Amino acid sequence: MAAFCGRYCTAQTGWVPLIVLLCVSARAVDRSNFKTCEQSAFCKRQRELKPGRSPYRALLDTLELSDSRITLQLINDNNKVRLLLELYRLQGNMTRVKINELKPLKPRYEVPDVLISDPITETLSVVSQDENSLVLSLGGKDQRLIVSAQPFRLDIVEGPQVLVSLNSRGLLAFEHLRARKDTISHKISSTVGSMWDSLKSIFSSKSELEQATEQENVEQRTDEDGQIKEEEDKPGMWEETFKSHTDSKPNGPSSISLDFSLPGVEHVYGIPEHADTLKLKNTDGSDPYRLYNLDVFQYELHNPMALYGAVPVLISHSTDRTMGIFWLNAAETWVDISSNTAGKMMFGKILDFVQVSSEAPQTDVRWISESGIIDVFIMLGPKPADVFTQYASLTGTQSFPPLTALAYHQCRWNYNDQEDVKSVDQGFDEHDIPYDFIWLDIEHADGKRYFTWDPSKFPQPKEMLQGLMDKRRKLVAIVDPHIRVDNGYKIHNEILSKNFYVKNKDGGDYEGWCWPGNSGYPDFTNPEMRAWWASKFAYEQYEGSMENQYVWNDMNEPSVFNGPEVTMHKDALHGGWEHRDVHNLYGLYVQKATADGLVERSGGVERPFVLTRAFFAGSQRYGAVWTGDNAAEWGHLKISIPMCLSLGLAGISFCGADVGGFFKHPSAELLVRWYQAGAYQPFFRAHAHIDTPRREPWLFGPENTALIREAIRQRYALLPYWYQLFYNAHRTGYPVVRPLWVEYPNDVATFSIEDEYLIGKDLLVHPVTDEGATAVTAYLPGKGEVWYDVHTFQKHDGEQSLYIPVTMSSIPVFQRGGSIICRKDRVRRSSSCMENDPYTLYAALNSQGSAEGELYIDDFHTFNFEKAKQFVHRHLSFSANTLSSRNLAPDSQFSTASWIEKIVIIGGSQPSSATLKNADDTESALEFEFDSTLAVLTLRKPGVNAAADWTVILR
Amino acid sequence: MTCLHLLLTLVFAVSLGTPVEIQRPRGVPLTKKPFYEENKPFTCLDGSRTIPFDRVNDDYCDCKDGSDEPGTAACPNGSFHCTNAGYRPMFIPSSRINDGICDCCDTTDEYNSGAKCENTCKELGLKERDVLQKMAEITKEGFLLKQQLIEEAKKGREEKQGKVTDMQENKKQLEEKVEALRTVKETAEQPEKEAKERHLKAWEEQKAAIRLEKDKAKMAEAFLELDDNADGFVSVSELQSHAELDPDADGTLTETEVQGLMGGAAQVDTSTFESVWTNIKDKYHSESQPEEPAPVETPPEEVKEPVVDNDSEPFPEDDISEEEDEDEDDEDDYHEDDDKVLPTVKTPEKSHEDGEAMLPYDPDTQTLIDAAQKARDDFEDSEKALREMDDQIRNIEKELSFDFGPDAEFTYLYSQCYELTTSEYIYRLCPFNRVSQKPKYGGSETNLGTWGSWSGPENNKYLVMKYEHGTGCWQGPNRSTTVKLTCGKETVVTSTSEPSRCEYLMEFTTPAVCQEPANMDLLPHGHEEL
Repeated sequence: MAAFCGRYCTAQTGWVPLIVLLCVSARAVDRSNFKTCEQSAFCKRQRELKPGRSPYRALLDTLELSDSRITLQLINDNNKVRLLLELYRLQGNMTRVKINELKPLKPRYEVPDVLISDPITETLSVVSQDENSLVLSLGGKDQRLIVSAQPFRLDIVEGPQVLVSLNSRGLLAFEHLRARKDTISHKISSTVGSMWDSLKSIFSSKSELEQATEQENVEQRTDEDGQIKEEEDKPGMWEETFKSHTDSKPNGPSSISLDFSLPGVEHVYGIPEHADTLKLKNTDGSDPYRLYNLDVFQYELHNPMALYGAVPVLISHSTDRTMGIFWLNAAETWVDISSNTAGKMMFGKILDFVQVSSEAPQTDVRWISESGIIDVFIMLGPKPADVFTQYASLTGTQSFPPLTALAYHQCRWNYNDQEDVKSVDQGFDEHDIPYDFIWLDIEHADGKRYFTWDPSKFPQPKEMLQGLMDKRRKLVAIVDPHIRVDNGYKIHNEILSKNFYVKNKDGGDYEGWCWPGNSGYPDFTNPEMRAWWASKFAYEQYEGSMENQYVWNDMNEPSVFNGPEVTMHKDALHGGWEHRDVHNLYGLYVQKATADGLVERSGGVERPFVLTRAFFAGSQRYGAVWTGDNAAEWGHLKISIPMCLSLGLAGISFCGADVGGFFKHPSAELLVRWYQAGAYQPFFRAHAHIDTPRREPWLFGPENTALIREAIRQRYALLPYWYQLFYNAHRTGYPVVRPLWVEYPNDVATFSIEDEYLIGKDLLVHPVTDEGATAVTAYLPGKGEVWYDVHTFQKHDGEQSLYIPVTMSSIPVFQRGGSIICRKDRVRRSSSCMENDPYTLYAALNSQGSAEGELYIDDFHTFNFEKAKQFVHRHLSFSANTLSSRNLAPDSQFSTASWIEKIVIIGGSQPSSATLKNADDTESALEFEFDSTLAVLTLRKPGVNAAADWTVILR
Repeated sequence: MTCLHLLLTLVFAVSLGTPVEIQRPRGVPLTKKPFYEENKPFTCLDGSRTIPFDRVNDDYCDCKDGSDEPGTAACPNGSFHCTNAGYRPMFIPSSRINDGICDCCDTTDEYNSGAKCENTCKELGLKERDVLQKMAEITKEGFLLKQQLIEEAKKGREEKQGKVTDMQENKKQLEEKVEALRTVKETAEQPEKEAKERHLKAWEEQKAAIRLEKDKAKMAEAFLELDDNADGFVSVSELQSHAELDPDADGTLTETEVQGLMGGAAQVDTSTFESVWTNIKDKYHSESQPEEPAPVETPPEEVKEPVVDNDSEPFPEDDISEEEDEDEDDEDDYHEDDDKVLPTVKTPEKSHEDGEAMLPYDPDTQTLIDAAQKARDDFEDSEKALREMDDQIRNIEKELSFDFGPDAEFTYLYSQCYELTTSEYIYRLCPFNRVSQKPKYGGSETNLGTWGSWSGPENNKYLVMKYEHGTGCWQGPNRSTTVKLTCGKETVVTSTSEPSRCEYLMEFTTPAVCQEPANMDLLPHGHEEL
């Protein structure tokens, strides 16, 4: 759900004028509601600064070296303001660069709670030093960090190659905090501000008092030259107005910027969330990519506008190396990307190290943020998997969802009442379509008071939940962070009495309009507030809730209908910090507090499942995200692939798009194609706007019902593989779905592919996303690799573009030769019903006649896999005509009722016998069938327990 | 009744108990038992292959059609048969075997899942019989009612058709009457017109004479006034004192100009003054009387007193349909308020100059007028009667044109309305007309659709009514309502819902859809068996 409008535009008379205003151009995003860089004062100021010689100089004599870090001061020769540079070498081949003011007027915001812990540092040692440079060793492989003093720049080199340069284009810009020149006037400015401004321009000489203030500033930062040069105030430094909203900016300008050059790089990815191509575009001549969590009504495709979430992680890739830049800043951020030629910016000390080819391509990246400090992690790879590991070591890995969350979700704004829920539930059984979750949007609550139930529509929520539980199914109810201001509402009253609301600039409780009308916004940055929020999910607190009820956090950008850009005023206050500083972090905290609540209500036993719309770096630890309010259009179906791939590269694997499209009414063809695509994306949920006609899977005629049923059944059969991939993602940080280049980093042909992708490394999916398609062309990567169509077992060679004719039932999926994938082919009405079902192993052989894979099993819903090592993790391998199952985690223990019912060996030859050898060395002959045209061998009913050691020998 | 017929076999099975339970593989219905012969190779029911019998229900799917695993979940396309003694036997997809959920009331689907299922077949059987019996009773009574409805409809239709025929006849007579009265009217109007014209002409003449008299008097008066020296002559100089007579309006009345006015004469006497008077009378100001503007001729229709009535609707377009939303209502209110402050000043009646009012008609003319008026009234009355008759005929013909079902059993719903009150709204179904919704606590009515068509399934389109083109939805379609009809003794709206935005669903019971009970005569036997 979400994005306001709908029934409220006509109904709720109280705020009709506002909504009508906001909804005027309802059919596409109203761009004028959202800022361009030009309209965002700091972005404009920063972008006016062009590449050139940096005014910053490193003061090498201030160098301080400790075990864990190096610090030295930087001075801006124009204004004499000093900065403090901190350099860290982090375990796992990363470099952290922090730059803050040496003595800021007041502390600048440093993002908390995103790093899972203080990163482990390794010793940085000085290799050499002269009057203009400092060379540090980053350990192994001739990696050096070179600090050039004047102009200041940083280069990380490996042997003769520059990996990345910072400030090589001189775009380091740090707006130091300053006292307002018209300090006194500022106090009156609320009434006569503009008058004062004009007076001021007439009497340009400063008053004594102002000079005194200036003097203080200078004393704070006395340096060798003695004077801080005064800088001209520029428009928007102290106040900024966008549409009818004024940002009071009491702290003045505070933005930061830094450039990064990546020689040899032509492909950069990441920095979600944007409805754009996987490979990031050059932003010369357009707006930079924007990272600012916003509720964008009917978003447009293929532009750099900000959306609901932000992960400031950029991944660069070339055949030589994969690297990442993690810009840890939660304020409004813009990222410029341009192509350049390496060598242009090379000079000084680094020329001692590197050979520069002036022809080599180079990508330049520039980050601009409104406030906070520069705190950047350079993840040096060199392989894609290394970057994932590095980033995971900083911000953690994907939470391991309960299996059921990976199954199919049925959602709609709104299932009207208990009866409706019941009849939809029955509809699935009548049409023999599996599903695990039914969802309730905002209308379920009593007057949009979350944690409550509408007494006439949902009078007996427990009865409803019990009904679902009897079918081993579950429910999600929405809980949004805006709280109805209503003194008859317990949640509101408690927040009020505990003083947990975000404050407005004048210190009162911040109020804005959202679904319930006038709403308050709890300050989720406050750990006490989060603890309180979490406690509200306890069964006795959340009346009518049960253990098969999970939660969805929407509107947590936060969405404020009458706020600037439909979000919170930047001068609102979260304790001592402005909303400006924490904006992109708000949504993460909401999801974290909710997930904590779900864990707590089960006494720490159950894994939570929480869906969020807004997110930040680290959100992967708390649940799933979806791509917000898309539309029933082919373009939106198509873009769901690069959007989720980008999120996966930035750590968030559990991603999906609303199947069918949220706004508008999909044609039957689009709906079917979307189910087919969604069945192969990590988070698989159908959703629809309240104004659209009903679209449960059986409402489009028996043929389409059958097609949708088949797509969902394919998902359920493959759940063991998804589950195992999520387990691995949880352990390693590897994305569950991956762009092809992640697994084929040397195959340049894969670098821009975004209409197909890999699930893990073994399944390649090319969903049909074109209307009326009669064929797709899929690129099968890997020289010497073979790929098998999972439906027909037909074999295809790698490193080719394959023309695949398709019909309405086609979902082109290929299994990599060399892999073994476990499925549960007995699809039942929910994933819980399949818990003890047997597995079928699909071993697809590579050209060497071998294959390997994994099988992971646990209780599918608790933390016991982690706390008590209760799981089964098997390594399955086939080579030299022997298939065996080996324990990957000997110290784990778990017993499962599941067994192996069938083994399908694809691409092999016909044996004369097949023998199963059990752990106790007993042997038995297996019956088999061989299809010689497809070279598929099917071993009948080995019957061994899935947790056991066993071997099958073909002779 | 069907249910009781069904019971016979069930009671039989229960009473004879398990000993008669015929041995067959789990999940196989009795009818397919012959295909599963123990200890003989089993051939898949699609004939695709033959397997040893011990592979039937061995939890591995050998047959593509799933027939070797009727009692396990091994085949994706298999089905499981539960006997459900005491209730109805049924097939379930084999994926529901041992899935932890009790599907068969006899618990046979959960033989190995640990699910705690209770045999509820007896209970369900009783309940179903109860329901079916009630249904049967309702159907029976409903069907009887339906027969009545059909009878009534038939009678009603005949009546109406008869009425139409009668009315057509009456209409003809009326038409003739209208024509006759038209002639009478026209005949009466001719002398009326002539008499009126005569009267008017006479009046005009009289008026001219009066005017002439007045002018003469004025002239004499003016002569006296102008003749300052009272010598019986008006001289050039005497006339020159009246500057208003200046013909070129240059401010001075020269001697030459005056001479011009006087036709060259130096002085005029009362008789010759007449020609001079003609030249000056339009401009001449009496010396004795104050200046007075010439009375403005008032067109007769403006003389009417304006009607200002606070109670009446100020706007002619007051037939705003109910669909119009509140905004417009508000606007109306606003205007109404506006009107209330409008001045209600009455235009004062113009006083007619003496003698200007027309004289009343002479008695002869008046008689002619009265006669004509009566003829006009009679004609108009008869014409109105004809129009009303036409409307009535049209209405009945419209009613007769509706599709009231194969036996016109839905006729009785016509021009009726049925209401259902929910927590928020009052829903109103007026069959063959419209569906509407009105907030319970004030607010305007919303049109949820006007009669569209019967749109039930192919085999019986009379089970569903469709009402379309209701009030538009924001960003959405026009509202529409589907009305599902079920058999009932009463004619009632039993529920309403909005499954999709602006697409309403109404459930409606009526005897008109009750089907003839198939085997009513079985009923007594059933009772005996029970």
